[in-house]
Amino acid sequence: MKDFPFLSILTLLPLVGAAVVAFIPRGKGNLAKTIALVWSLVVLALSIGMWVAFQVDGDRFQFRESYQWIPTWDARFTFAADGIALVMLVLIAVLVPAVILASWHDVDEAKRSVPTYFALLLALECTMIGVFAAADVFLFYVFFEVMLVPMYFIIGSYGGQRRQYAAVKFFLYSLVGGLFMLAAVIGLWVVGGHTFDWANLKDASAAFETNTARWLFLGFFIAFAVKAPFFPFHTWLPDAGVAAPAPAAALLVGVLDKVGTFGILRYCLPLFPEAARWFAPVALVLGVIGIIYAALLAVGQNDLKRLVSYTSIAHFGFIGIGIFAFTTQAGTGSVLYMVNHGLATGLLFLVVGMFVARRGSALVSDFGGAGKLVPVLAGVLFFAGLASLALPGTAPFVSEFLVLIGTFTTHKVYAVIATVGIILAAAYVLWMVQRTTQGTLNPALTEVPAMHKDITLREKVVVAPLVLLLLLLGFYPKPVTDVINPAVQATMQDVGRTDPAPTAVANGKVAR
Amino acid sequence: MGDLKLPDIDYGALAPMLILFGAACLGVLLEAVVPKARRYAIQLGLALVALVAALVTVIVERNTRIVTIGGAVAVDGPTLFLQGSILLLGVVSLLLIGERSIEAGGAFVSQAAITVGSQKDLRQASGQPGGTEVYPLTMFALGGMLLFVAANDLLTMFVALEVFSLPLYLLCALARRRRLLSQEAALKYFLLGSYASAFFLFGVALLYGFSGAVDLASIHAAVADPARSEVLLFAGLALVAIGLLFKSAAAPFHVWTPDVYQGAPTPITALMAACTKVAAFGALLRVLYVAFDGVRWDFQLVLGVIAVLTMLVGAVLAVTQTDMKRLLAYSSIANAGYLLVGVLALNKDGLSSTMFYLVAYGFSVLAAFGIVSLVRDAEGEATHLSRWAGLGRKSPLFAGVFSFILLAFAGIPLTSGFTSKFAVFGAAIDGGQTWLVIFGVITSMLLAFPYLRVIVMMWLQEPGESTPAVSIPGFLTSAALAIGVIATFALGVIPAPLLDLTNDAAQFVR
Repeated sequence: MKDFPFLSILTLLPLVGAAVVAFIPRGKGNLAKTIALVWSLVVLALSIGMWVAFQVDGDRFQFRESYQWIPTWDARFTFAADGIALVMLVLIAVLVPAVILASWHDVDEAKRSVPTYFALLLALECTMIGVFAAADVFLFYVFFEVMLVPMYFIIGSYGGQRRQYAAVKFFLYSLVGGLFMLAAVIGLWVVGGHTFDWANLKDASAAFETNTARWLFLGFFIAFAVKAPFFPFHTWLPDAGVAAPAPAAALLVGVLDKVGTFGILRYCLPLFPEAARWFAPVALVLGVIGIIYAALLAVGQNDLKRLVSYTSIAHFGFIGIGIFAFTTQAGTGSVLYMVNHGLATGLLFLVVGMFVARRGSALVSDFGGAGKLVPVLAGVLFFAGLASLALPGTAPFVSEFLVLIGTFTTHKVYAVIATVGIILAAAYVLWMVQRTTQGTLNPALTEVPAMHKDITLREKVVVAPLVLLLLLLGFYPKPVTDVINPAVQATMQDVGRTDPAPTAVANGKVAR
Repeated sequence: MGDLKLPDIDYGALAPMLILFGAACLGVLLEAVVPKARRYAIQLGLALVALVAALVTVIVERNTRIVTIGGAVAVDGPTLFLQGSILLLGVVSLLLIGERSIEAGGAFVSQAAITVGSQKDLRQASGQPGGTEVYPLTMFALGGMLLFVAANDLLTMFVALEVFSLPLYLLCALARRRRLLSQEAALKYFLLGSYASAFFLFGVALLYGFSGAVDLASIHAAVADPARSEVLLFAGLALVAIGLLFKSAAAPFHVWTPDVYQGAPTPITALMAACTKVAAFGALLRVLYVAFDGVRWDFQLVLGVIAVLTMLVGAVLAVTQTDMKRLLAYSSIANAGYLLVGVLALNKDGLSSTMFYLVAYGFSVLAAFGIVSLVRDAEGEATHLSRWAGLGRKSPLFAGVFSFILLAFAGIPLTSGFTSKFAVFGAAIDGGQTWLVIFGVITSMLLAFPYLRVIVMMWLQEPGESTPAVSIPGFLTSAALAIGVIATFALGVIPAPLLDLTNDAAQFVR
C-alpha cells in the first residue's frame, strides 16, 4: 500500500472526470450530475485509503512520487504529503461530493450548461488536490494559479448578482498575489541553486542571505495573505462569497482559502525561518486586527452570504496568529482549525444556500421566524452557527482553544485580544440565527411556496456527514491531531522554535 | 594591384535565403505571365513550397557554424534557430494570408491603384479576387528577415532591413476594406520606418568612424581598445539601437504600432507581430551580444530603462483600448518589453530564453489575429470591443480558444505565455537584473486586466443585437488556428524539447 501512487492518481482522477463530464451533451444534465457525484465519491474512497495507508509515526513526507517534467529548470512532477497536507486532501475529498450534491438544482438548465458547471467543479477539485499534494515549488505554483480559472468561471457564469465584478475582482486579487509569488519563486530558484525540489531548497535555505530571504518570504507571504485572506487583503472574499453559488462558496472558503495558510506553513516558515521570525509580529498584528475587524463587520451584515464570508476572515485571523505564535500547540490548533473551519463554514454556507434557494434572497431582513416553517433546516443552521462560534462539544472549539492557549504561552497580549473575537463570534452567529429563524414569522415568508418545504432527503445526505464529523472531532480529535502533530512539530523545528511540551494534546488533555 | 580574390561562399548555409529570394523573383515573373484566374493557386503553392523547402534546408544545415561570403553572413546556432522560427511562423502567417473563404476574394484589395470610394472600388470590395502580388511581397519580406538575423556586418544588416521593410510597407496598404485607414497606416509606417532606417544608417557610419570597419567582430575588437573615441562608439550604438528598437516596437519608438496594427490587413498584422518581432530581436541580440558585449555595463541601464518604459506603456495603454487590434498592438508592445528583459540578461540563458519567448509568443499572437479575422459583420471585421460581448454564447468554441490565448498572454500556467515569461525572468534574475523582473511582474498584473475584461465580455455578458457571428473559418485559417493553439498549449505543458533546442543553439559565432 505504501508504494501505491496515491497522490498522482488522486490529482489526475478528478481531471479525467472533468473531461468526461465536459463532453456530456448539454441536454443531459442529470447524467452529468450523477457521473460527477460518483466520480467524487471514488476520489473520496481513494483519499480514505490514503488516510489508512499513512503511517502516523513514519516519515514526515510520505507517498513521495517524482517524474521528470522540464529538466532544463529541474521542474518535476513531485508529489508528497505530510500530515498537514493529508488532512487537507481528505477534507477536499469530503467536501466536494457534498458540494456536488448540494448544487443539484442550483443551475438553471434553460440558461446555463449543467455539465459545464459540474466539469468545472471537478477541475477545481483536481487543482485543489494538486496544490496540496505538490512537493515541487514550480508544480505548486502552476496549480496555485490554474486553480483560479475554474473558480473564475464558476463565479462569473453561475453566480448571482454582480457576479462579473466579483469574478474579476477575485481573479485579479489572486493573480496579483500570485505574480508576487512568481517573482519570489524565480528568485528562490536562482538563489537555491536552480532547483525546485522542496527538500533540496530547504537544504539550501540555510545559506540564503538574510535580506534575500526576507524579500522572498514577502513575495510568498503576500500571495498567501491575499489567498487566505488576511486583513487588509481580504476585500475580494465578501464579494466573491456573495456572488458565487452557495455550494461553490462553501468550497471557496472551506478549501481554496486554506491554500494560503497551508502555503505559509509549507513554504514561508521552513524555507525562510529567519524571515518568518522577523515578520512574525506583523503577521500577528494583522491576524488580531482581522479577528476583531471582520467580526465587527460580520455583526453588521444584512446579507447571509456576506456575513458568513466575514466570519471566515475572522477565523483566518485565528489561524494566522496560531501559525505565527510558533508553538506546537498553536500550530496544531491552526491546522486543526483549517480542517474544522472547512467543515463548519462549509456546512454553514451549504445551509445558507438551502435557505437562499428557498427564499430567493440572501438578505436577513427577508427572513424572520423561518424556524416555524422549516424547523429541521433551521435546526441545522443553528448547529452550523454554534459550530462556527466554537461551542464546546463541536470541533472548532478544540482548535480555537488550542490556538489561544498556544498563543498565550508566547504572546499574551495577542491571545487576550483575540479572545474578544470569541464574544463577537457569539454575537454575530446568535443574532443572525435569531433574526432569520426565531421570533415572529415574517408574513412575506409564508407567501413563498418553497419556504414550506423542510429539509429534503438530498439535503439531509449533504449535511449529515458534516454534522457527524463536527461532533465526532469535537469529542475525539485524536485521530486528526495525531496526524497533524508530527508535521507541525517538524515545521516549528524548521523555524527554530521548539517548545518542551508537544505531547499535551496527544495525551488527550488540552491544557498543560 | 594584386589578384582580386573572391570570398568563399558556402551556398548550403545561404540556401534558405536564396530559396526565398528565388521564389520571390519567380513569383514576380509569374504575375506577368500567368492568367489572372490561375495565379492564386500557383502563387500560394509556390510560396508554401518555398517556405517548406527553406525550412528543410535550415534543418539540414542545423550543425553549421560558419561565417561566410567575406564575413557578411554568420550562420550559427541563433541564426538557424531564428530562421527556422521565422519560416515556421511564416508558414502559419501565409495560411492566414491565403485564406479566401471567410471573405469573398480574401483580405486584400484586388488592385491597389483603384481610387478609394470610386465605383471600381465598390466593385472590388464586393468580392473580386484579391491581388496575388502579396505572395511575392511576403516572400521578399520573409527572405529579408532571414538575412536580417544572419547579418554579420552592419551594412548587410541595413540592406536586409530595407529588403524586409519595403514589402511590409506595401502589404500594409493592401486591405480590401477600410482602405483609407490601411493606406494611412502604410504611409505612417513607411515614414517612421524610413526615419528609423536613416538613424540606423547614421549609426553605422559613426561606428565605421569608430572602428574602421562594419563587421561585428571588428567592432567587438575595437570596443576593447581604450584608445578609441567613446563619443563615436556610444553615439553610433545609440543610433543603431534606435533603428532596431523601432522595428521591435519598444517605447518610445512604438507610436507607429497601434495605428499600423489596426490599419493593416489582419493577416499582415499577424505576420508583423510574429515574424518581424523575431527578426528585430534576432538582430538586436546579435548586435548587442556579438559586437558590444564589451560595453555591456554602459548600455544595460539605458536599455533597462527602455524595457521598463516599454512594459509600462504597453500595459497601461492596453487597459484603455476599445479596439481589439489596438489592444493586441499594445499587448505586443508590452511583450517587446518582456523580450528586452530577456535580452538584457546578457548571458547564455538570456539568449536562449529570448529565443524561446519569440517562438512561443509568435504562435499565440498568430492564433489571436486569426480569430480577430473571423469575427465580422457586413462591414468587414468587427474589432470594437463592445461588439465582442456575449460571443461566448454564440460561438463557444471560438470564444474558448480566444480565452485560452488571452490567458496565455496573461501568463497563466499551462500555457506558453507562462513558461516563456518564466524563462526570461529567470534569466534576468540570474543576470543580476532583478529590478527589471519586478517591473515585469507589476506590468503583468496591469496587463491581466484588459485580457480579463475581454474574457468577461465574451462569456459573462448577454449577447447584444449587434454581436456579430463568428465566420466559419476555411481550411487555411483553421489550420493556422489549430497550429497556434496547439503550440501555445504544448509549449506550456511540455516546453522541455524547445528549451533544450534553444539552449543548444544559444552560441553566437564571431
